[in-house]
Amino acid sequence: MPQPIVRFTDVTKRYGNLTVLNNLNLDVEAGEKVAIIGPSGSGKSTLLRALMTLEDIDEGIITVDDEPLTHMPARDGRLVRANARHQRKVRGKIGMVFQSFNLFPHMSALQNVMEAPVQVLGLDRKEARERACELLDMVGLGEKHDHYPSQLSGGQQQRVAIARALAMRPKVMLFDEVTSALDPELCGEVLSVIRRLGAEHSLTMLMVTHQMGFAREFADRICFFHQGRIHEQGTPAELFGNPREDRTRCFLSAVNEAQ
Amino acid sequence: MNLFDWSFAWHILPDLLRASLNTLTITLLGFAIAVAAGLLLAIGRRSRHLWLSWPVAGLIEFIRSTPLLIQVYFLFYVFPNYGLNLTAMQAGILGIALHYACYTAEVYRAGLDAVPRGQWEAVTALNMAPLTAYRDIILPQALRPILPALGNYLVAMLKDTPVLSAITVVEIMQQAKNIGSESFRYLEPITMVGLFFLILSLGLAWFVRRLEGRLELAPR
Ligand SMILES: Nc1ncnc2c1ncn2[C@@H]1O[C@H](COP(=O)(O)OP(=O)(O)OP(=O)(O)O)[C@@H](O)[C@H]1O
Ligand SMILES: [Mg+2]
Repeated sequence: MPQPIVRFTDVTKRYGNLTVLNNLNLDVEAGEKVAIIGPSGSGKSTLLRALMTLEDIDEGIITVDDEPLTHMPARDGRLVRANARHQRKVRGKIGMVFQSFNLFPHMSALQNVMEAPVQVLGLDRKEARERACELLDMVGLGEKHDHYPSQLSGGQQQRVAIARALAMRPKVMLFDEVTSALDPELCGEVLSVIRRLGAEHSLTMLMVTHQMGFAREFADRICFFHQGRIHEQGTPAELFGNPREDRTRCFLSAVNEAQ
Repeated sequence: MNLFDWSFAWHILPDLLRASLNTLTITLLGFAIAVAAGLLLAIGRRSRHLWLSWPVAGLIEFIRSTPLLIQVYFLFYVFPNYGLNLTAMQAGILGIALHYACYTAEVYRAGLDAVPRGQWEAVTALNMAPLTAYRDIILPQALRPILPALGNYLVAMLKDTPVLSAITVVEIMQQAKNIGSESFRYLEPITMVGLFFLILSLGLAWFVRRLEGRLELAPR
């Protein structure tokens, strides 16, 4: 039985009275591609953001590669809340791509990709440049090294953002609606990069998406979110072909009608 | 009728220029300290740790709400009673630097607040240390839009240097007053000091505008 690379155990997250993650449990195997779908406000982004340590959780524990991320062992062996240094140590295994790209506007594409490997991993500049060039080639931007984000299309910016995250060699990649800010004709180029990532790497991937077609074709498992919990999950065939829960059926038919 | 006496002006020029060196030293050194300390205060005030952000906020409000004159008086005339002995120049530079640090801190804060949240999230997702994040990502973006405001404070600080004559610093204005009281001629020295401030203010403003152009973040 392989240990899951990511494990959420009874995770609860609240904003005031609003419970956004409600006793959530989720195991993700190494190399698994998980798509997360569900209505707006159901907590999908919060799940990814908690895993990236962008949000603190109120209860429960998240572990990555058997190491607690949200907690750390105190001197007496008990688990206490992780401090910043512990979080930095563990979250290095995770990378994230955002809906709004979040590229550094004052740096060229190449500098965007090189920055963290040099500053965080301590690579020398030559090595970092080689790694960055390779990745920019991989995402189809070999010609655009010296372009600034303002000189790139949305699809190109998002591909730089993917290269930037991959340059840190994460074991787990998080994608939060990475095509939602793009014109429809630009989605394809980003999705095909993600598709290639899925095939070429043994990377674990968690993606929040509204594109059911892509989720169905790409993911090993679909998680349907509702009110801060995984309401139903299964293989794409199970979940799309034969959903058991009313809510799931309802959501899927609403999405179908809209598309 | 008292006409401008050119030969008298020529005669007092060396004294005024010598005193102007003090004005320049106070302004440049003071501003260098102010922009550095202001940044630290701004970051301290934004801290999530209340034990840091509250005292810093209190200090900033306190200094901004009291006159520079009183602050330098304290530094020069009161603090020696508690063992802190500073020369007039030292007290003057420190006082004016601290005073303006609190103003620049608020400017920095506005600049830092204007950096989109997404930049912080990217920095976290790339696991960058706070120091690197500030230096390479956040500050370059925060600084560019606030340069004009910082430049204004540089000029304002220059024009506040005569306040330090109250603690016996002989900057250019004090020197002009000394000349006036000795010779009973104020027209020439005061006019010359006015011109000095005018030229320097315009020069500094020009310099700041050029700097802005150089620091253009990225091609648009
Ligand atoms: N900082 C915050 N303060 C208060 N409430 C928040 C905050 N961030 C998110 N929420 C609330 O938490 C709930 C879940 O948000 P989340 O972003 O996880 O939803 P989502 O499933 O990603 O939705 P969408 O499909 O619209 O992106 C929403 O109701 C949202 O309004
Ligand atoms: Mg979301």
